[in-house]
Amino acid sequence: MHILTLDNIVKQYSNHLAVDHISFNIPKGSIFGLLGPNGAGKTSLIRIITTITAADSGTVLLDGQALASAPPLLVGYLPEERGLYKKMKVGEQLLYLAQLKGLSEKEARENIKLWFEKFGIEDWWNKKIEELSKGMQQKIQFIATVLHKPKLIILDEPFTGLDPINTNLIKDEIHRMNDEGTSIIFSTHRMEQVEEICKDIVLINQGKIVLEGSVKDVKDQFKDNIYRIEFDGHLPANLQSSDFKIIDDNRESLTIQINEGYDSNELLRSLLNEGIQIRSFNEVLPSLNEIFIKQVENASHE
Amino acid sequence: MNKIWLITKREYVTRVKNKTFLLTTFLAPIGFLLFFLALGFVMSRGSDDLKTIYVLDEQNLLNGELSGRENLEFKFSDSSLDQLRSQYETDQFAGILQLRSIDRDDIAKYDILWHSDDQLALDESQSIERVVRRKVRDYKLKALDIDESKLESLDTRINIIPKTILADKEVSSMTGVVGSILGGIVGYALFFIILIYGMQVMRSVMEEKINRIVEVLISSVTPFQLMMGKVIGVGLVGLTQIGLWAILFPVIFAVGSTFFGIDSSPEMLDMANNPDIPEEVMAEGMDKVAVILREIGNMNWLMILPLLIFYFLGGYFAYASLFAAVGSAVGEDINEAQSLTLPIMLPLMFAVYIGVSAINAPDGDIVVWASIIPLLSSIVMPVRLPSDPAAWQIILSVILLVGFVFFFTWLAGRIYRVGILMYGKKASFKELWKWIFYKG
Repeated sequence: MHILTLDNIVKQYSNHLAVDHISFNIPKGSIFGLLGPNGAGKTSLIRIITTITAADSGTVLLDGQALASAPPLLVGYLPEERGLYKKMKVGEQLLYLAQLKGLSEKEARENIKLWFEKFGIEDWWNKKIEELSKGMQQKIQFIATVLHKPKLIILDEPFTGLDPINTNLIKDEIHRMNDEGTSIIFSTHRMEQVEEICKDIVLINQGKIVLEGSVKDVKDQFKDNIYRIEFDGHLPANLQSSDFKIIDDNRESLTIQINEGYDSNELLRSLLNEGIQIRSFNEVLPSLNEIFIKQVENASHE
Repeated sequence: MNKIWLITKREYVTRVKNKTFLLTTFLAPIGFLLFFLALGFVMSRGSDDLKTIYVLDEQNLLNGELSGRENLEFKFSDSSLDQLRSQYETDQFAGILQLRSIDRDDIAKYDILWHSDDQLALDESQSIERVVRRKVRDYKLKALDIDESKLESLDTRINIIPKTILADKEVSSMTGVVGSILGGIVGYALFFIILIYGMQVMRSVMEEKINRIVEVLISSVTPFQLMMGKVIGVGLVGLTQIGLWAILFPVIFAVGSTFFGIDSSPEMLDMANNPDIPEEVMAEGMDKVAVILREIGNMNWLMILPLLIFYFLGGYFAYASLFAAVGSAVGEDINEAQSLTLPIMLPLMFAVYIGVSAINAPDGDIVVWASIIPLLSSIVMPVRLPSDPAAWQIILSVILLVGFVFFFTWLAGRIYRVGILMYGKKASFKELWKWIFYKG
């Protein structure tokens, strides 16, 4: 079962095609990475899901239902360009935003209290937003996004401006909510966070899907059969083979690319025969960051 | 609907609790009071020093009687003009008033000479002129041998008394005037309310756009709900403020005038105490007040009041949503906002000018049409209402206004929903026009 199904979504702005026939599914309960460089069409896509704008064509199914014209209440959206009423008190502001999401005042109050306790900010209710630091404001903004217990949470660059401690705090909450069954769309161009958090990703560029699948599959798809060996002892200077190529050799470690069809076990076996003490043997997978840059650059060269 | 109410509530509560609101609401009446006190102070002081004025009445025209403002002391003198003039420097009096002999009985103009290095104040010279005019008249009556009572019988007061032919109602000479003035007040009030609170709607929209909360909001509510909630909320704040003023102004003025012991209308009292105004004129004045009060009571309030409220709401909604649309289209640049509000201001100004001419001629061609055309009608029709416009005009005007309010809020909503998410794009009219047709 999918929490979100996009089918052939097209969105045309006056001078460019922001979303160009995009289709993908997001399974229920997953943490899904929506990746792409600036201006790829991520925000346009999110705005279509949240009914802020409408697609020119294509269908969106949210929890099996077609989108209505009113914003879906089962979604919690943290926009990249965020803000709060500066002069309003934290508590009143959260109460207001939660009620707009359909919560009763009583429910909203209870939920806010829970989150305040969780973040250890019980005495913030009467503080004005403008009295808070930027990171603190961001915490409030995060609470506002999840207060109504949405089934799908869309986070657009949620960690910008947060220190490592608060980043971890929010990260933990994301994982906890995910454990409770909440689906999460995580939109970013910070790849190291994606590898850490997401299971599945979609990479879009210039309105089109460039890559999709689980993080592992994508990495496998782009691996260059490179292995890294750390060892003690001396390798013969004339180590050479038609089956592999030594990319890097610095006495204690080797980076070797093996040819297609050649087995990593074979490589290991032949190295063992050379009489060295092997300490580690790893496959070197490309980072998402490298894949990302490669893909985006390829696209812009075309 | 529930969400519009939530937005309205927030808009209302945050505004009413705002310091600026409290300050303007409570300080404006006090400010006005202080202004009037200061004005009264300046006017009553002006020339408070006692001035001595020598009067040379060569023909004894005044018979030793001359009074003017309280600070003027008149001394009749038998000395010669030259002698008095030579004393001017040493004796420090204000000046010499020289009334020369009248040589002909039928003079149309009589010059009084004022010998002094200082000018007489306007009200000082007016009070002197008034007394002298009456004395000259008395003198002429005697000299020309005219019977005063016969002269008075020449005076005739003319009234035009309207009598209806088909219409079944009581009218008096004041009906039209009273009605139009009342309507004029309503029209003006509406103009200011639309202007002040329409601008506030615009600012509020700009604020949400600038601090970027708007994207959070419209992922919870539709842009139209957001806009309507705002327009209604600010409108209610306006009504609250006007309501408070309606109570505060009279109270503060009453308290202020008793506390400071100053009459709020020295002019009126002057008139009442002035023996120069003949009693029948006074009586006539009182009559008029009674007629005006009766006319106000006689008006068809059952019809007028709901219509006034209708035009008020219609006008406010149409203009306020247009202001909201402009607010959504501009960013931080207030200059840009000014150029975009111009097309909204023009019909508003135009309506006020037509409204003013409607006070004089509530059935003129332009006035009638302006009272039917939406955007103008909200201000012009209230001016016409008390003077009983034709039923078809009211009905047409109401239908058109209802239609246009829906049209304008829809139109504004279309611009608004695109505008609030548009950053860094200069909003031109061409751009706004395109936004209306954007899908979604």
